[in-house]
This record gives sequence, structure tokens and C-alpha cells, in this order.
Amino acid sequence: MSLVSRRALLHGAAMAGGSALLGGCNNVSSTPPLRAALDFGQLLSLKLHRLLLAGQPLVREYAADQISPDFPPNGTEMPAGMPYFEMMVSQFARWRLTVEGQVEHPLSLSLDEIKAMPARTQVTQHNCDEGWTAIGQWTGVPLGDVLRLAALKPQARYIVFHCLDEMVRTPDRSGFYYESIDLFDAFHPQTILAYGMNGGALPVKHGAPLRLRVERQVGYKHAKFVHRIEAVERLDRIGGGKGGFWEDRGYQWYAGL
Amino acid sequence: MAMREDSRAAAAVDATPVSPGREIIYRHSLTVRITHWINVICFALLLMSGLAIFNYHPALYWGNYGYSGVPAFIVIGSTVDLQTRRVVGITRIGDVSFETTGVLGVSSDANGRPTRRAFPSWLTVPSGPGLALARDWHFLMAWLLMFNGLIYLLFGLFSGHFRHDLAPTAEQMRPRHVLLDIWNHLRLRRPRGDADRHYNVLQKFAYLAVVLVLLPVMVLSGLTMSPAVTAALPFLFDLFGGRQSARTIHFLTANLLVLFALVHVAQVLVAGALNQMRAMITGRYVVRPERAS
Repeated sequence: MSLVSRRALLHGAAMAGGSALLGGCNNVSSTPPLRAALDFGQLLSLKLHRLLLAGQPLVREYAADQISPDFPPNGTEMPAGMPYFEMMVSQFARWRLTVEGQVEHPLSLSLDEIKAMPARTQVTQHNCDEGWTAIGQWTGVPLGDVLRLAALKPQARYIVFHCLDEMVRTPDRSGFYYESIDLFDAFHPQTILAYGMNGGALPVKHGAPLRLRVERQVGYKHAKFVHRIEAVERLDRIGGGKGGFWEDRGYQWYAGL
Repeated sequence: MAMREDSRAAAAVDATPVSPGREIIYRHSLTVRITHWINVICFALLLMSGLAIFNYHPALYWGNYGYSGVPAFIVIGSTVDLQTRRVVGITRIGDVSFETTGVLGVSSDANGRPTRRAFPSWLTVPSGPGLALARDWHFLMAWLLMFNGLIYLLFGLFSGHFRHDLAPTAEQMRPRHVLLDIWNHLRLRRPRGDADRHYNVLQKFAYLAVVLVLLPVMVLSGLTMSPAVTAALPFLFDLFGGRQSARTIHFLTANLLVLFALVHVAQVLVAGALNQMRAMITGRYVVRPERAS
């Protein structure tokens, strides 16, 4: 449902408003002053959240018996195409995670190398921005550890996650899913690159072999099928320039709600 | 309105005598009037953008989690009637289902074609698809509501507005008085004379419930849906019994506010729309005179 409704948004653009008032609201929200007001609202939320979270508290973790019986997948359930299929069949033996951009030591890590790093396991809520919540157990390596290994350059401000799932097929192959967070979230202890879920390997529909868990934000920020991590100074030269696949289509970059 | 302000304003107004027995009082202070109308805008847009967000997952659960497949106790959906091959809107509350085609579950889109959507496009902002835009509106208005509410609360506390105008008097709190007031409301009998100079006790209860209970519950249950805020304030989970419970309470409380708004507007119409609207715009209110004795 998530994907269908958002695809509708993707292709459908803004449908004509029903009543005059609503048509008005739809139209005015794209005018510069109102867009600025809406953006200001986003900024206020970000600033308030950062103030509340200054001590970097952890999100609530649950007991294993509180894991929800099921966990609906968000977004792509399996990337299309042979390259991913072959990787999947070989259990991601030849898959590698590269860490590059504004780092002193670019990395190329195999799944086994990532699993050999100190792991963190957490049972947390997953909140889709549409309103549903599931609880799952995630095992992975803290993103901060990987970034420390790569040693960020001082100018690095954002971490970009490039994914293997192509959301829209374009001639220039620019339609792959991507996401980004800033260093405040990147170095939070519960921000992990997860390769395990509910005690087993991360299932394909949940982003195998590696997905991001950024627990203080909603579902679409948790990039799945991550294969390349890029530290950058600014986001405007990547993808559509807004910091993520959905962000390029009007979604909020900061999604702590 | 405040007795204190009454006397001050009444003195000014009484200098220009109107028809005998017609008394004008200064009923609503400027702060109350401005915050009231800002609230109207906030409430309308919060409601409509909230319904737009709800449409993306029109089911309500209880507890920490909830998603398609988990038993929901309120669902607004649709199904195809196998006999007529017509798409029908179904609203289910607990074990009881209602057909709500036309309004809930299935309603006409901009082109008049029946479309599956929980709340109809004329009730949502934006009217078409746009979850992110709905959220932008919802949160901008939430911020405005917060600032507006804080100004109102501070004013209410320090100006004496709460003490003088909203706190029921000892006399009003007597069971006999409350019952009489209920009876008067049921008969749509409006207060006259002295009784019309201040809010009646049911009115005070309703306003206090909105200001001190419903709106704070809306704000807190709304914040409980934020994974960032709950990281900082995890007690919110315990207050509402989990994130999905908070979402459900948010929705149900919004319904109570809609109910309040409908009754509120109906009461304004019953009590004299012109006089009431003028009072909330200019502050001046014509007291209904006692019956000639």
C-alpha cells in the first residue's frame, strides 16, 4: 500500500482539488511564501528535537517476547535484475560495502568482515510514516564504528547511503534508492548497519544483506540494500539534491516527526 | 467575561445609552478573541491534514505495535459487493460494520468517480495524494497551535480569565444548579439578565474540558507518535499505553473535539449568531434582558 500510494504521488503529480478551499490549500502550499512557512515548521521540529536529544538518549528497547508476530516490509521487497539475484543466490559472498567520500581511509568490506566487528543487538519499534508500527530485533555494527574506521575528514557533514534497489528506471540510472543522515544521528549508539533480524539473517524483503537502522526517525530513512556509504559535505549534488529518494519527491529530510 | 473587565468596559459602554434594558458588556478580551480565531484556523487545518495522514493507514490498534494483519478495532475500508459488483465503503468499529459508501471508505474524487479512500477528499488537506504535504501542514499548524495555546494559557492564568470566567462558582457547582442548567439546555432556553453576563456551568465545563484535557491530550498523544520525542521522553509511552494506543487516542480525542466544535457552533446559532459572532470579533456583547416583570 505504501508503495502504491507513493507511486501514485510519483506519477500522478497533484490531482485537481475537490472543493475550492482544498484546491486552494493544494495550490498555495507550492507557492514560495507558504512553502517557506511549511519548511519553517520542519526546521522548528528539527531544532526542538535536537534540543531534547542533546544528551543522545537511547530509544526504548523491548524484550524479545515483545517482538511483533509479523513485520511488514517498507518499500522494495526485492531489487529487480540479475546482479542482485546472483548476489542473493551466492548469499552475498561477493557483495561488498564501500565507504568513501570525505574519509581518510576508504573502505571495502565483505559481509564477513562486517560481522567480525563488535555487534549490537536491539529490539526496537519501526514506525512507518503512514502510521503503522512493528517491533523487531536487529543485529548489526554501529555505523559510528564503521565511520571511525574510515576516519571522516573534518568537512564531512552528512552520511549518504546508496542502495541496490532501483525505484524508477531512467536512462542515466539515477533512480536508485538513497538516503542520508547527519552526524548527529550517524554516531548515535543505536544507529546500526543491520545484517541480522529477529535472530536470523536479514531477510531479502527487509534489505539483505545490509540495512540502516536509524531509530529516532521513521521508516523511509532506514535505507535497505545498502552497498555504498558516502561521507559528504553537502547533499545538493547528490541525486535530486534533497538528500534521499523520497526527499527528492517532497518528503521531509528530517523525519523524526 | 471577567467581572473586573465587565465593570471597566461596561462603564465605558454605558456612557452611550442604548434602548432601555439593552445592556452591552465587554465580553471577550482581545487576547481571547485573537487566540480563538487562530485556533479556528489551526483546528480546521489540523483536522483535515490529520485525516489525510490517517487515510494512508486507516486502521486503529491498541498497544505498542499495529499494522495490516494485527486486529484493529476501528477500520475504514472498502469491499466489492459481489452481487451488484459495486465498490462499497465499510467502516468497522469493534465487531460492528456499517456501510458508509459516499463518505467513508468510498467517496467521489474530483471527477465524481467513486474512489477508495477512508475520508473523502473534501475533508482532507491536501485533497489528493500527498502524505508529506499533509504532514507539513499538520506540523506547521501544530506549532502555531502550541504558541497560540501557550499565549492563551499564560493570559488565562495571569489575567484572571480562568479564575473569573471559566472556573465555575460555588453556586454553579451545586448539583441542583447543574441539573437545572442541563434542563435549560435541553429546552434550548437561553439565559437572561444576570445569568447571561457570564458563562453557564455546562459551558464552563465544556471549555475547561477542551482547554485542560482534550487539547493537552491531543498534543501529548501526537508527540508520542514521534520516535525522536519519545527517545527523549519515553514516559509518554507509559502515559498512553504504547505508540499505537497513542495514535488511537489521538484520533478519538480529535473526534471529541469535532463533537465539541459542532455543539459549539450549534449553540452559537441557538444563542444568537450575530450577537455571539460580534462578541468574538469586537468583544461587545448584548446581554439578553430579563423578561419584563
